[in-house]
Amino acid sequence: MELLCPAGNLPALKSAIDHGADAVYIGMKDDTNARHFAGLNFNDKKLAQAADYVHQHGKKLHVAINTFAHPGQWQRWQDAVDNAVNVGVDALIISDIGVLQYASDNYPDIERHLSVQASSTNVESINYYHNNFDVARVVLPRVLSVQQVKQLARTSPVPLEVFAFGSLCIMAEGRCYLSSYMTGESPNTAGACSPAKYVRWQETDQGTESRLNGVLIDRYTKDENAGYPTLCKGRFEVEGNVYHALEEPTSLNTLELLPDLAKAGIVSFKIEGRQRSPAYVAQVAQTWRSAINFYQQNPDNFIVQDTWMSALAKLSEGSQTTLGAYHRKWQ
Amino acid sequence: MKFSLGPILYFWPKRTVEDFYQQAMTSAADIIYLGETVCSKRRELKAKDWIALANKIKQPDQQVVLSTMALLESAAELMTMRQLIKQGQILIEANDLAAVQLAQDMKVKFVIGPAINCYNIATLKVLLKQGMTRWVMPVELSGDWLKILLREAEIAGIRDQFEVEVFSYGQIPLAYSARCFTARAENRPKDDCRYCCINYANGMKMNSREGQQVFILNGVQTMSGYCYNLINEVQELADAGVDIMRISPESIESLSVVEQFKNQLDAPRRYPLDSSQECNGYWHKIAGMAIA
Repeated sequence: MELLCPAGNLPALKSAIDHGADAVYIGMKDDTNARHFAGLNFNDKKLAQAADYVHQHGKKLHVAINTFAHPGQWQRWQDAVDNAVNVGVDALIISDIGVLQYASDNYPDIERHLSVQASSTNVESINYYHNNFDVARVVLPRVLSVQQVKQLARTSPVPLEVFAFGSLCIMAEGRCYLSSYMTGESPNTAGACSPAKYVRWQETDQGTESRLNGVLIDRYTKDENAGYPTLCKGRFEVEGNVYHALEEPTSLNTLELLPDLAKAGIVSFKIEGRQRSPAYVAQVAQTWRSAINFYQQNPDNFIVQDTWMSALAKLSEGSQTTLGAYHRKWQ
Repeated sequence: MKFSLGPILYFWPKRTVEDFYQQAMTSAADIIYLGETVCSKRRELKAKDWIALANKIKQPDQQVVLSTMALLESAAELMTMRQLIKQGQILIEANDLAAVQLAQDMKVKFVIGPAINCYNIATLKVLLKQGMTRWVMPVELSGDWLKILLREAEIAGIRDQFEVEVFSYGQIPLAYSARCFTARAENRPKDDCRYCCINYANGMKMNSREGQQVFILNGVQTMSGYCYNLINEVQELADAGVDIMRISPESIESLSVVEQFKNQLDAPRRYPLDSSQECNGYWHKIAGMAIA
């Protein structure tokens, strides 16, 4: 049972390792990964340093190459794979079928993990990636209930990784074009959702307005905290009602499902947030480390500690957490 | 250039669906896709009904294709998928790699639908070997993207091995979720949705608080608020090497839209687009909701 933590830079990576991560995942400093944000991610030199630090501590490094290669620009995706392999990373997280083919042809011994962006949610889809590219692990999109995850874990030919904590994508990842519809840039092509350069906040008589490429995503009264206008988490009008039509600003927290998921054989618990600070990564890693250790010592008497929940709530969007699609009623 | 009718993305009553396809038989459409692609709970027509309907409307000069689900979460949904692929007579459209896997198992050819992430030549090559005969480009990609990709396909000597289809008219399918947004709007849990999306023949409008039509809620699917319309780009798509333009059914009127598109080849005219309801941005490499 692996605790897999995110890192957007070396300090965050060290922070993750120092606070209990078994493995860390990172991305290169270009649009080959789905968190392509200014000031974030690793160049070749930093990648080598990351691999050194992780391996010195006996932990693992995964590199996300999980956008879809642009025509005429294949070299960038190939370089990302080559460079990651050259510094000795432990796993490549890939979504593009072409990139999977390249990696499995050229580096059959380097583990390939199917990225959440590949949107693989059922056993036949997993069979496809297993048979064709011999993937060593599948990262499940956040669309399955815990019952469905358990069922899939029983039939999957490949070990499964799930999202445990962090920002909640409510759409099947890799199959959401809402961001490019509004801005021209999507996670699949540009490596970002609701990109910051399109964001505007504006004070008006009616309150603070948040906009994405001119579209009003939300409007906040004086006693509300104005949030980032992630386009699926704003308030909109449907049939005369104004509400969070798609989802509230909230984070995923699956602590209470830890025993269920562990017993189902889930091999890795993934923390979202390569865009987060080293301090954030430290706190989430430490809390989840405690929870996993507690579970391993008391598999039949696992109790969620209040201190864990309050620590995680403080780190969550709108201080709210949800079980998301894992909990059938959320759907 | 051929013109296709995409699968009906909304949940319409069985009678409406049957009437639609009855009339589609005499429409200008060269290809007709049919089948449920959004939600497995929609069972006005079951798999066997779709297969029967496909066989019923099949004609020598009009190709019929069975479209399959995009987001599959259960063993039961895979059973239905297997049934659709196993029939063996009618070409299928895969909208999830599960369908590709099953088609390969059964040695059946397939269309790669818009919900499969095929973005580049490396991926096309893999899918071609596995039995792809036609590729529907992901909806968010541009004309430039397509042109570069098809040039690469020419150079690789594979361009003549598959057809290219582009989503060209209708509310764009943009996202799939575990959550049913229509049930949520009606304050119902998904497990007790009472199939309420059947009451919204064109989905529910989701507007900004300034009244801008941002998205359309169609069960677990989120669609573009504006209607995508490449009516003024028909010749450009033909020149780019597109083989088929897809018209996504909004109502029975969509059959006339097919004819309007077809007429653009012989007697082109300029259709002004309404920026409060229509868009064509994706093809022009700008925000999808914009008009170039």
